[in-house]
Amino acid sequence: MKHAQKATRFIADEPRTDWHDQALWFVRQKRDLAVHSVPEWESLRELASQIKLHTLANLAEYLEAFEAKAQANGVQVHWAANAEEHNRIVYGILQNAGVRKLVKSKSILTEECGLNDFLEANGIEVTDTDLGERIIQLRDEPPSHIVLPAIHLKKEEVGELFHQKLNTEKGATDPKYLTEAARHHLRERFLQADAALTGVNFAIAETGGVVVCTNEGNADMGVHLAPLQIHCMGLEKIIPRQADLGVFTRLLARSATGQPVTMFTSHCHRPKPGGAMHIVIVDNGRSEHLGRPDFRNALKCIRCGACMNTCPIYRRSGGHSYDVAVPGPIGSILSPGIDLKKHSDLPFASTLCGSCSDVCPVKIDIHEQLYKWRQIAAGEGHLPVVKKWGMALAGQVLSSPQAYNLAGKLARRALKILPRFMLYNPLNDWGKSRELPIAPAGSFKEWYRKNKMHEPE
Amino acid sequence: MRIGLFIPCYIDQFYPQVGIATLELLERLGCEVAYPLDQTCCGQPMANTGCEQDALATYRLFVSNFKDYDYIVTPSGSCAYHVRHHYDVLEQTPAVARVRERTLDLSEFLVDVLQVHSLEARFPFRVGIHQSCHGLRGLRLGQDTERVGNDFSKIKTLLRQVRDLELVELDRPDECCGFGGTFAIHEAAVSAKMGKDRLADHLRHGAEVITAGDMSCLMHLEGIIRRQQLPLRVMHLAEILNGAV
Repeated sequence: MKHAQKATRFIADEPRTDWHDQALWFVRQKRDLAVHSVPEWESLRELASQIKLHTLANLAEYLEAFEAKAQANGVQVHWAANAEEHNRIVYGILQNAGVRKLVKSKSILTEECGLNDFLEANGIEVTDTDLGERIIQLRDEPPSHIVLPAIHLKKEEVGELFHQKLNTEKGATDPKYLTEAARHHLRERFLQADAALTGVNFAIAETGGVVVCTNEGNADMGVHLAPLQIHCMGLEKIIPRQADLGVFTRLLARSATGQPVTMFTSHCHRPKPGGAMHIVIVDNGRSEHLGRPDFRNALKCIRCGACMNTCPIYRRSGGHSYDVAVPGPIGSILSPGIDLKKHSDLPFASTLCGSCSDVCPVKIDIHEQLYKWRQIAAGEGHLPVVKKWGMALAGQVLSSPQAYNLAGKLARRALKILPRFMLYNPLNDWGKSRELPIAPAGSFKEWYRKNKMHEPE
Repeated sequence: MRIGLFIPCYIDQFYPQVGIATLELLERLGCEVAYPLDQTCCGQPMANTGCEQDALATYRLFVSNFKDYDYIVTPSGSCAYHVRHHYDVLEQTPAVARVRERTLDLSEFLVDVLQVHSLEARFPFRVGIHQSCHGLRGLRLGQDTERVGNDFSKIKTLLRQVRDLELVELDRPDECCGFGGTFAIHEAAVSAKMGKDRLADHLRHGAEVITAGDMSCLMHLEGIIRRQQLPLRVMHLAEILNGAV
C-alpha cells in the first residue's frame, strides 16, 4: 500500500491524528526553545555540515584510521557489505561466545537490517532495552519514529500492553507506574544477558572509540553487565577527531528532544578486563549512495529525528505510513536510493515546504533532494499513468499561448455550466474536502486586452 | 525601469482581480508595467511532479516573453522561486541568466527595489498572514521559526503600512497549508487536513481575512472555507495593498 493510502487511513481517526500532530509539535517547540537560546546555532550547523562533508569526502582514510586505532585498543572490527552479512557476523560473534540472551540499546541500523528477526529465528532471545523500543517489540511492530519509536501509542495502550505482557494492573495508565514496571522487567533482562549490543551515534577516527547517546542509560547498563559487547554502525557515523564530537552533541539532543544534551553520552574504547568488544561497520547501500552527487550529503544525517517532528505530513500520517525503518523526510530521500521502485511514492509525500531542510542540524537539503528524486522516479517510469500523461499534456498546453488560452476558457466554462454531480465526481480528489474555485467572468488576460489595449471582445 | 508583469496561470484563469490589483498597485507606485500577452505559466506544475522534461518548453516560453525587462514582477513567491531556482536546468544563456536574476515576488520588489514606505491603503479588518513556504523558505521573504536569526518579514513590513489593519498572531506562524501543487490531489487527505488545521489556527485567533503572497495556498484554503462555510475570507496581499476594502 502506498503512502497516500496509509495516510488516508491514519487520518480517518481525526482526534487521534490531532493528538499525534500535537505530540510531535510539542517536541518541535521544545527544540525551538533550546535552539533559540544558542545564538551561534547557525554557525554550529554550518560547522557540523562542513565536518561531515569533509569526512564523507575522505571516508576511506578515516574508516581505515578508525579500524587501526580500534584494533590497537583491543577491539575486533568487522566489515559488512550488506544487511545479510551484518546479521551473519553478529550471529557468528554470539554463537562463538555461546550467547543465548542478548540485550540491545537503540539501533536504527539493526532495524534497517532486520537483525532481531534473524537472531530470534536462530534461537537467540533478543531484548530491546530502550523503553519505547521495548514497547513496540512487545507489540511486534516496527518503530514509527527513529528517536521516539512508540510515539504513535497512547499511554492507555501501553497500559493495556503491559497488563498483558508484564502483569501490571488492569487499566493502569500512570506513566510513572508503567515505567517502573518496565524498569524491573528490564533489570532482570540486563542481569541475565550474555551479551549487549548497541547502535553508534559517533565513531571517532582519532581514538577508535564509539559514542552512544541515550536518555535511559540502557546502553551503559547492558555494556557494563555483559562480558561481550557489540557495537553496530553505518559507515557514515565516523567523525575525524574527539574535538569534533562536541559540535555534534550540542546539535543532536537539542534538535531531537530540546535537551541541551542527552542524559548519557557513553564512550566505549576498549573491552572491559576479561571481556570482548566488537564493532561491526555496515555499508548496506551507503557507498552506492555516496556515489550519487545530488544525494550524497544525505549521509551527513545524525538521526536526530527533527525533520520528522517538524514535517506537517509526517505528523498527520504517522511513521508507519512510510513503511521503512527511517520514515519521514530523511527516510524519503534515503529509501529511494535503496529501492526506487518500492519507495518511488515517498519523495511525493511532501509539499516541498522546506521546513525539514531548515530544521536539520547538519544542513541536509532534504526538500531539494525530494524534488530531485521526483525527477528520477518520473524519468525511470515510476509515475502513475494518470500523472505521467497528465503532465505531458500540461506541458503541451502550457508551452503554447493559444492552447493555454483556449484550455483556460474551456475550464472556466466547465466550472460554470457543469452540474455539481459531474464536477464533484469520485475522480475529483480535490473536491473531496474542498470546493473548486468560482469561475470569474473572464481571465486577467481578457480583462487586460479589453481595458488596457482597448481591443473589442 | 520597465517591469514585465507575470500573472501565474491559476491567477489569470480564476483570480483576475489579483492580477488587476497587482497591475494597478505597480502603476500607482509609478512603474511602467507591460504584460506580455503570450505568457502562460512558469512550468512548476510539471516540474514539481517530477516531469521537469515536460516543463522545458514552458520554461523557454517564459524566458522569451520576459528576457527584455528590467524586472519581472509576479504576485507569487512560489513562481518567482521556481524561475530563480529551478531554471538551472536550462542552458544558462545571457537571457536565461537575466530572467532568473530579475524575477521577483511582488513583496520583495516593493520592499527591496521600490523601498515603499507608505501606502495609500486602508483595511479595517483582523488579518492573519499565511506565510507561503516557497516565499518564506525559498525566497527568504521573512525569518522562519526553524532558523535562528533576527526576525523580519517583508509581507508584515508592507501590511503595517495599511491603515486600520490589525494583524493577528498565530500558534504556528509558518506551518505549510498543505497545497503543494499536485500533492493536493495525490495526497488529498493529508493536504485537506493540513488546510483545516491552518484555518483553525486563524479562526482561534480571530482572523477575519487570511492573506498571503501566493494565491495557490489561498485557493486551497478557500476551497475548504467554502466547503465548511467558515467565517473567513481570503485575499491576496496585492488586493489589500491596493486599498481594496
